[in-house]
Amino acid sequence: MNFDPRYSGRSFSSVGTRPLRPDGVDKVTGRARYGADFNMAGQLVGRVLRSPHAHAIIKKIDTSKAEKLAGVKAVITAKDLPDLTDGDAAMFDTLDNCMARKKALYDGHAVAAVAAIDARTARQALKLIEVDYEVLPHVTDVDEAMQHHAPLINDAIFTEGLEEKPVKPSNVSKRTQYGHGDVHQGFAQADFVVERSFKTEQTHQGYIEPHACVASVNPDGTADLWVCTQGHFVYRQHCAQLLGLEVSKLRVTSSEIGGGFGGKTHVWAEPVALALSRKAGRPVKLVMTRDEVFRASGPTSATSIDVKIGARKDGTITAAEATLRYTCGPYAGMWAEIGAMTAFACYKLENVKTVGYEVLVNRPKTAAYRAPSAPMAAFAVESAVDELAKEIGIDPVEFRIKNAAQEGTRASYGPVYGPIGIGPTLEAVKEHPHMRAPLAQNQGRGMACGFWFNFGGQTCTDLNIGMDGTVSLAVGTVDVGGSRASLSLVAAEELGIDYGQVKAIVADTSSLGYNDMTDGSRGTFSSSMATISAARNAIKVLRERAAQMWDISVDDVAWEKGHAVAKGEKHGNLGKLSLKEIAAQSGKTGGPIAGHSELVADGAGVSFATHICDVEVDPETGSTRVIRYTVVQDAGKAVHPTYVEGQYQGGAAQGIGWALNEEYIYGKDGRLQNPGFLDYRIPVCSDLPMIDTQILEIPNPNHPYGVRGVGETSIVPPLAAIANAVSNAVGVRMSHIPMSPPRILAALEAEREG
Amino acid sequence: MAGVAVSTTINGDHVEYLCQPDETLLDVLRDRLGLTGAKEGCGTGDCGACSVIVDNRLVCSCLVLGAEAEGRQIETIEGMAHGDQLHPLQQKFLEHAALQCGICTPGFLIAAKDLLEKNPSPTEEEIRFGLAGNLCRCTGYDKIVRAVQDAANVMKGA
Repeated sequence: MNFDPRYSGRSFSSVGTRPLRPDGVDKVTGRARYGADFNMAGQLVGRVLRSPHAHAIIKKIDTSKAEKLAGVKAVITAKDLPDLTDGDAAMFDTLDNCMARKKALYDGHAVAAVAAIDARTARQALKLIEVDYEVLPHVTDVDEAMQHHAPLINDAIFTEGLEEKPVKPSNVSKRTQYGHGDVHQGFAQADFVVERSFKTEQTHQGYIEPHACVASVNPDGTADLWVCTQGHFVYRQHCAQLLGLEVSKLRVTSSEIGGGFGGKTHVWAEPVALALSRKAGRPVKLVMTRDEVFRASGPTSATSIDVKIGARKDGTITAAEATLRYTCGPYAGMWAEIGAMTAFACYKLENVKTVGYEVLVNRPKTAAYRAPSAPMAAFAVESAVDELAKEIGIDPVEFRIKNAAQEGTRASYGPVYGPIGIGPTLEAVKEHPHMRAPLAQNQGRGMACGFWFNFGGQTCTDLNIGMDGTVSLAVGTVDVGGSRASLSLVAAEELGIDYGQVKAIVADTSSLGYNDMTDGSRGTFSSSMATISAARNAIKVLRERAAQMWDISVDDVAWEKGHAVAKGEKHGNLGKLSLKEIAAQSGKTGGPIAGHSELVADGAGVSFATHICDVEVDPETGSTRVIRYTVVQDAGKAVHPTYVEGQYQGGAAQGIGWALNEEYIYGKDGRLQNPGFLDYRIPVCSDLPMIDTQILEIPNPNHPYGVRGVGETSIVPPLAAIANAVSNAVGVRMSHIPMSPPRILAALEAEREG
Repeated sequence: MAGVAVSTTINGDHVEYLCQPDETLLDVLRDRLGLTGAKEGCGTGDCGACSVIVDNRLVCSCLVLGAEAEGRQIETIEGMAHGDQLHPLQQKFLEHAALQCGICTPGFLIAAKDLLEKNPSPTEEEIRFGLAGNLCRCTGYDKIVRAVQDAANVMKGA
């Protein structure tokens, strides 16, 4: 492929403007169709039976009574989802998570499912399924699960990554290590050392739309799946593998998606719905309840993190070290590893070491949540950085500026940075009026930095030019927050036409080549690259057609501002041909005009942000209000600035909820006690202030327009920024997230008692 | 169970349906009448995605029985625009990008319409508390509040 993805420093006419989104009217009129808004003829209602136990052997499942109930068309258990994973351990875990095989591993683990003519019959059928459990001891706490006497979740797990292979199985699936230099030597050079332990509780992505799908398996081996997902091509791969279907015979259509934040990158109910449909011989709609969403999907890791940082009197960090323990749910994961990679990514360090431990617990299988694993690591590190600045007696912003990573810095996780935004975001924060606004009694200000890798990945895009000169853009990355608008802007920019001439859609899996998920902040980054490439290919065809119409060589035809222009004096009287004029003649000049692109979008530019937060803490109740919040983040190039701001604000709001309220609360019985929005309280409108944003644009050298992903980094700094603000307000270092009123009161009490 | 015959008015149109006694208004709207604009985010009245107006009162349709709609006037998101003329709130939600995924948007629009009908000049705080029964996980509410403020100004001037 001869597509050149390098940044060209061009000027823009469409990119950077703020037009209305193409899917907007459907969404304000209720016409947009989400996961649960689709129906098929003869459709049944699916429901899932879930384990009430945190850890139990499934001795026997008797489905006979349920099967006899009038209106029940299929009952399935793990037997109906045989293991076709062929030694692929990660896929086997996915299969086991979709439907428990030998053991139920958490409260909410699916053990059986039914399809019936209506919801009431399906609910009745679930009650008739008899499951004989042998309840086992369980463990839900990350530190307890690492103890030698802890109940063992999987006796086939032996810790990977140790120097010697362990002789006993363990709840720690893997140890990883990152860093460079010699931390012992570094700490020996330090005048000040801060060492502290932190904990964060498990949170859920909290998308408002529960998982929902409609599955239809035909006797001829073809199948359709309508589903809310962040990656319909990946769902197709996974479902086809788990069900034994041929990939191209399973057509997956992504519905509008009602929030995902990483939580809709994993299959849960979809293979179950397909298995039910296959057995019943009819389409099946399966929609999770909110209780199921909390108990069985999503959550991020709970963590326990130790941080040690040393610095000289002049404010130079000499060494930094962290040990990070992340829950994975009951299956092996790589969540602590990501935390270990991101922990110190903001800083230029000569001596740095991070160690991650992946910890199995009887909680739902950990799923990605917006910059997964980074917010917890940043909370621990940025809290310690603040504390160290205070000990040295240096301003926390100046301290960070002095130690910030730069172009050429070797990142703590390995690579050498290109042009990056950590320094500029810190400088912008230093100059921001928010930093100088007065604070009242019981108020405190905090700031913190955050990093996220960003991702590119496999991407395929089609650009078709209609005979009237309008353009339809078919992309394969699910639009989670306005990317159809940003990608239409990019197509308009490249073709030199109006935004209004372009309509972007998300194509189904049978209409376009494979695309990776919308994850890793890659939607606009990677699909814009593929859109630019597709547009350039279309321009090549447009130039050829213009040359044909003029009967001149294509080499003499240039493309300028949406028009073919004949170059050279000999063609001086030919004028220009617009895209519309060329398209109108396409039937006579060789047929439809289109541009296609398939590529691996390498070179996703890393992303940095710095946030400022003011809080007011009520010392009587321990209740905290965020009274002012500012996000400064590098976007590379903001394609649609309004939606970039939206990503900044949304991530900050999720971080505020995580920092102050949200947590999974398990009882001693290992059951989740707050599986609903009443008791798992995400921020509501009256909890928050306006969230101010400042977009910086440090171009990504590996994208034609300089674009970096913007979706995830905004959730990385808030935990630390708010913890620093609360600590400054109450005069006590807060080390346990969420900082709910009881935790703040307990910290104040502990301080009083010395 | 025998169905309950219900005669009601939805978005100004006379509607009749049969529903089960334990069926919610939300289920009736979505599954029997094809009005899928109201969404089920929780089924427990905590998220507001299923907001509709019944006899000038904002309710979560997941907490109302279908049978209770008898003889009532119900307004849903599908009736908010007049033909191709969007309601000012709908227009301002678009202009301010007050939605990302959009699943909460119908509920917010209905709740905001109810708010502005009862209080045409709300303060920011009144908007924030007026919409506190509707959850949005994408936007941080900033652009929603601004859209409602802007719509209130337009509607007062109209």
